[in-house]
Amino acid sequence: MQQIFPAIALEISVLLLGVLMLLAEAFSRRADRSHMARYAIGVLAAIVGFSFFTKAAPEHIEAGSYWTMYSVDATALFFKRIALVTTIAFLIMALEYRHVLTRFIPGAEEGRGTGEFYCLPVFICAGLMFMASAVDFILIFVSLELVTIGFYALVAYMRRNTLCLEAGAKYLILGALSTGFLVYGITWIFGITGQTNLFLVKTELIRGFSVPSIAGTEHLGHLIGNESALLFGIVLVLVGLGFKVAAAPFQLWVPDVYQGAPTPVTAFLSVGSKAAGFVVLVRVLEVFLAVPALGGKVTTVLVLLAAATLIYGNITALPQENLKRLFAYSSIAHAGYLLIACASLAGDPAAAKQAISFYLAGYLLMTLLSFLILIVVARHSRGDEIRHFNGLGKRSPLLAGAMTLAIASLAGIPLTVGFLGKFLVFKTAVATGHWLLISLGIVAVAAGFYYYLKVIAAMYWQEPTDSTPIEIAPLTRIAITALGVLIIVFGIFPTPILTQLREPARKPVADIAQR
Amino acid sequence: MTVLSLILLLPIVNALAIMFGAPARRSALLASWAQLALTLFAVLGYHRDAGGLQFQSTWNVASEWGLSLKLGADGLSLVMLLLTALVTVAAVHASPRIEKREGLFFACVLLIDAGAAGAFASFDLFFFYAFHELALIPTFLLIGIWGHGQRHAAAWRNTVYLALGSIILLVGRAQLYLADPVGARTFDMVLMLKNRALIPAAAQGGIYGWLLVGFGILISLVPFHSWAPSAYASAPTPAAMLHAGVLKKFGLYGLLRVAVPLLPEGAREWSHVLLVLLVLNILYIGLVTIAQKRLDTMLGYSSVMHMGYIFLGIAAGNAVGLSGAALLMLGHGLSIAALFAVCGYLRQNSPTTAFIDFGGIAKTAPFLGYAFGMAAFASIGLPGFANFAGDLMVFFGAFGSAPMPGALSFSAIQIAVICGLWGVVISAVYMLRAYRQMFMGAGTGTNVIADAAPMLRWPLLVLLAALLIGGVWPRSYLSFIQPSVEALIAK
Repeated sequence: MQQIFPAIALEISVLLLGVLMLLAEAFSRRADRSHMARYAIGVLAAIVGFSFFTKAAPEHIEAGSYWTMYSVDATALFFKRIALVTTIAFLIMALEYRHVLTRFIPGAEEGRGTGEFYCLPVFICAGLMFMASAVDFILIFVSLELVTIGFYALVAYMRRNTLCLEAGAKYLILGALSTGFLVYGITWIFGITGQTNLFLVKTELIRGFSVPSIAGTEHLGHLIGNESALLFGIVLVLVGLGFKVAAAPFQLWVPDVYQGAPTPVTAFLSVGSKAAGFVVLVRVLEVFLAVPALGGKVTTVLVLLAAATLIYGNITALPQENLKRLFAYSSIAHAGYLLIACASLAGDPAAAKQAISFYLAGYLLMTLLSFLILIVVARHSRGDEIRHFNGLGKRSPLLAGAMTLAIASLAGIPLTVGFLGKFLVFKTAVATGHWLLISLGIVAVAAGFYYYLKVIAAMYWQEPTDSTPIEIAPLTRIAITALGVLIIVFGIFPTPILTQLREPARKPVADIAQR
Repeated sequence: MTVLSLILLLPIVNALAIMFGAPARRSALLASWAQLALTLFAVLGYHRDAGGLQFQSTWNVASEWGLSLKLGADGLSLVMLLLTALVTVAAVHASPRIEKREGLFFACVLLIDAGAAGAFASFDLFFFYAFHELALIPTFLLIGIWGHGQRHAAAWRNTVYLALGSIILLVGRAQLYLADPVGARTFDMVLMLKNRALIPAAAQGGIYGWLLVGFGILISLVPFHSWAPSAYASAPTPAAMLHAGVLKKFGLYGLLRVAVPLLPEGAREWSHVLLVLLVLNILYIGLVTIAQKRLDTMLGYSSVMHMGYIFLGIAAGNAVGLSGAALLMLGHGLSIAALFAVCGYLRQNSPTTAFIDFGGIAKTAPFLGYAFGMAAFASIGLPGFANFAGDLMVFFGAFGSAPMPGALSFSAIQIAVICGLWGVVISAVYMLRAYRQMFMGAGTGTNVIADAAPMLRWPLLVLLAALLIGGVWPRSYLSFIQPSVEALIAK
């Protein structure tokens, strides 16, 4: 592929789009703001297209220049696309949801006051894209805040809905707390290594832990036997990121926030925020796992996190009757599977990274599809309990069929993309021999079948309480069909995703760090 | 496009067409007969002299994992495909009148069929497994919507249990894939067989254990059997026929195709555990079957019990035993499908299926009497039916797999054979008792059963004919099965 413009142009154009939308929101005379979302969808789709014409940014790292913070590898580009696609899906959902939205906003008749609802996600998208490329703790922190602050506003967007306000308050407080953990952890790591760039931190750590006979250096590393301060910093960073990816025991905010937030925001949160959290987690972990003295301990922490997350997410999902809440717990459960792959990063790095990226791509498709259908159904049934799906198979075969597909994929039934993700995760776990996590994972999958199939049972086993047919907007119909088709296509033929993940041959890290 | 891809596409396309409004029952009938015709065409077109894998087509899916959709068939898979096609025809014919959502019903039946056919025609470990799972949600829907009795509980238990089995199988499969050294890793089952020496002997026991438990759950090996009787008893007739007749054979086929040839050391390590479990399958479940008071649960348990014999053939591990197991898979699939078809007909025409509510059916419905009787005899293992030939080979194969005993010292597998022979007596007890109670004697007067309509007669005749052919001329099937099995276990 030809390189036409640098990758940073993607973020810049997204930011420009956001600014333009803000101006339009301020000055546009049309009361109904939904056209803004439609334009934004078009522009974002074009940016996804452009992203295939960009290539890696300058590979050299010059101290002090911007590029020490920003790197574009295949994974970063892939996650930028994930962010863009998620945002597009969010806007489609938001259009479907605007009728609900206006009910809970003062003075929002005729769509007034919904402009920010379309424009904040564009900024969040930019944040997510920066995060995908961030290789410096400073940029990681700044982009993470861009995302989180955007979400503070979005989560509490329906100002007249108390549940929504409660969700906003909880998200704000716990989000701020997690940010505190993250910054404090970064400070400790900076204090020890004197660096914020991940590559340089890694070099510094390798030097600090070097043993003369192994590394060929003369002096004994100054960090040997002295790692507790460093471990403290690492754990703080992991806690901060644990909040973002909804890993137990930092998952407390998830159910209430997911249930209270406007449904499109919930979907965005569970996909965008999680994907970004994991991409940062993988980048940070790569640094620490490269040091043998730390790797084992960090892996132990990850195993514990994964085990707790799997158990908590799956067990608490079992009795849920509200679909949004069910998805909240299931999102914790999926974080558990992803953490299994993270715990395998030390033993099987390439395969584990591939598994995480692939899993997230699949998770994006199936989560967005199920939330999109939830929004449509909830709008017509006036509720998002599982029982509101009763008899959907009769009311709307398309929606029920697509939902069945999404659920099958979430549960991990073969020939869907969700299964392939699970398979990759289990494969890396087998390769690294995490038998505890594998056995927990097996129980988790079986439990998952139970709570996911509840939705299918409601749709097909039960009779509809209300038999009015459901009409679907054309754009939504296209999105549902596209997502459903992609779930099957990538479940059978994963190559398009795998080629995007393939890294071009990269210079070894030590080589970069020497300059 | 080979005939196999047509066999595979036909039911899937048909299911989609039905969902989009094609006339349900007629399309399903058409698809199932067309599938049977295509399968017969493939069977007749298979060059037995050349042997090996034929009708191959490969579609590369992910080359970096060595993953491709590889369709093909050797003699063994052709016989399984034939079983699938025969039972599907019978199942579609035996479907009762569907009051609600006829389209969804037949689409589900066809999807189960497609899953089974796909699994038997795939020579790629990934798709072999994936196709089987295609049947999971259709079964859940069939039992949950159109089932009988405690259908919701049965559907949940069945689905979650099978999902558990599948995920255990998945881990075993991942281990199998990773057991080969990097670079030689592939999902291609032909290549895996060729490279089987690469799997270290020390690793085999663990992998075989995972596969045995995973497949064992799907096959209803004791103690993982509790999902099966309730699911079969509550499932609508075609679902019970397809599930007990065909889908359950997937697990056995997997053991035969994957576990035994690739992991001979593992099979040896686990042989004693397997022997104990299979004897429990035969004797313990046999006794439980005798205690049943209703036809549907009795058939459900009997189908669990008969898996024990097939396991015995697999435990034998030699060509005779394995071929017998494969023949028995066919015979059991056909006979249990016929029995469930009759049972479903009785259930439609009577408020209960308890033995005590029936009597003298053979007087008012002689055809049903003959059909049930023959299927029951086949199921017991009486001479003249494919099951007899299969049983015989399994017993001989298993007995001969250990050195001949001295005065009175039998090896473990020979003791298992002796226990298994008692199982035949147990089967005779429950089957004949049910037959006498329901079909013979005086009628109850209140519960008069009219004879089966031609719609049900044809499929029963087809199933019984296939059983008889296997009984009087076992060579017809064995000439397909045996060379494939010998190729599998050839050193």
